[in-house]
Amino acid sequence: MKPFGYVTAQDPAAAIALVTGQPGAAFLAGGTNLVDLMKLGVAAPDLLVDVAGLLPDRIEPASGGGLRIGAGVRNSDLAADPRVRAEFPVLAQAVLAGASGQLRNMATVGGNLLQRTRCLYFQDVTKPCNKRVPGSGCPARAGEHRNLAILGGSPHCVATHPSDMAVALAALDAVVHVEGSAGPRTVPLAGLYRLPGDEPDRETTLERGDLITAVELPVLSYAAHSVYRKVRDRASYAFAVTSVAAALDVADGMVRGVRLALGAVAPVPWRARRAEQFLVGRPATAEWFGRAADAELAAAAPLPDSAFKVTLVRNVAVRMLCRLAGIPAGGTA
Amino acid sequence: MWHDGRVTTTDQTSSVLTLRVNGGAHRLRLDHRTTLLDALREHLGLTGTKKGCDHGQCGACTVLMGGRRVNSCLLLAVMAQGAEITTIEGLGGPEELHPLQAAFVERDALQCGYCTPGQICSAAAMLGEAAAGWPSAASAGLDGPVTLDAAEVRERMSGNLCRCGAYVNIVAAILDVSREAASQEEAR
Repeated sequence: MKPFGYVTAQDPAAAIALVTGQPGAAFLAGGTNLVDLMKLGVAAPDLLVDVAGLLPDRIEPASGGGLRIGAGVRNSDLAADPRVRAEFPVLAQAVLAGASGQLRNMATVGGNLLQRTRCLYFQDVTKPCNKRVPGSGCPARAGEHRNLAILGGSPHCVATHPSDMAVALAALDAVVHVEGSAGPRTVPLAGLYRLPGDEPDRETTLERGDLITAVELPVLSYAAHSVYRKVRDRASYAFAVTSVAAALDVADGMVRGVRLALGAVAPVPWRARRAEQFLVGRPATAEWFGRAADAELAAAAPLPDSAFKVTLVRNVAVRMLCRLAGIPAGGTA
Repeated sequence: MWHDGRVTTTDQTSSVLTLRVNGGAHRLRLDHRTTLLDALREHLGLTGTKKGCDHGQCGACTVLMGGRRVNSCLLLAVMAQGAEITTIEGLGGPEELHPLQAAFVERDALQCGYCTPGQICSAAAMLGEAAAGWPSAASAGLDGPVTLDAAEVRERMSGNLCRCGAYVNIVAAILDVSREAASQEEAR
């Protein structure tokens, strides 16, 4: 690891000024991903600006209803919060599905959103990777890609976003509060992330020095009727092979409202808007849920070893929608 | 070191800092690269805390920070300034075993023992999390209360690996302590 400076700033403005003014500086909060990447040589900042002590760390009612979650809230406190558990169960379940008890105690909400892919090539500095070293190539397409993207990838990168929490936040239309050198602004979660295209090293729309300060959950009348399901290679403490965040509002057997987001299948938390649009006004049945998932997955472009994920994510989505609708999933999953 | 009212920093790659460990305070100059784990083992001689993977994947380095379980391998020592750190040496020793230490001995919950300090520190905090009503991915619902059974303990302890595979007895030892605490609570 390269030697580096370390500072604690007293307020966000000071921290932002430090990182904005120094190309080699990075924000540090929980450190669970950044410190690991520094050990791996993937990240080599020359100054760490510790913001853990200055980020808002409370969960409060938002001005327009809903909840405002400070970016410094630890993952474990988010999942344990009684309002999150009662009003946004998909979010509590997503957080509890991720990492371990120890890591959830350390990791912050802001850092969780900005964690990097666990693609093996990205984490191995002896291998080419367009995300780590632009233009060096992507060995994943011809190599190990079993758990990489089936949606939203490009010839340059098929890495997946690793967060569970962000998948639930995508389904909930969360709004990210950002402070930068030009002042505060809000970004919808969907607008925070970029698809790789030919610049896989640019993962978000944030500028140097931008600091996430809070995440807001807007009111959603049926948010309490939501669920997160994660599929992984072992029972616990593993990144997702596929995950589904869903919320459903059914009236008289017809879908009145639906939120669906898919995890571990794309470079970003994947909001399944095509499936949602397809479903509204349609019967809440396993058959229609399957057709909606198919509509979303028509754009899937898996690689040979990741083709199974198309069927897997379809079946998990149908099963979760059926569970929320209170009907049997039939032979779909 | 300089101070402009908003920022306290050093222009160097090391800092003088105070670590509060097991009730004592230690003033050290540490390279910023030093993890809390290495500070404990290499600078304070507290070798009970183990280095396994050094990447937050095995839990052998688990200690308590402010009463919460954390991976000391992913914490820089400078990040732990001001926090109360408890290691396995602070939980109990040969003269006075922590109930979890006694239960691990009683249940033969180890083979090589390398993961054991991390298992015990993790379990000590985990029992507190469950008592506070924190749900887990293995809980039937999110609204509690939490009743620990083998499935709950396995899920909540999944951040601690045991390469010897002593899980059956680790789970039993933790459940012994959990039940003992519950019956004491009832008697009160």
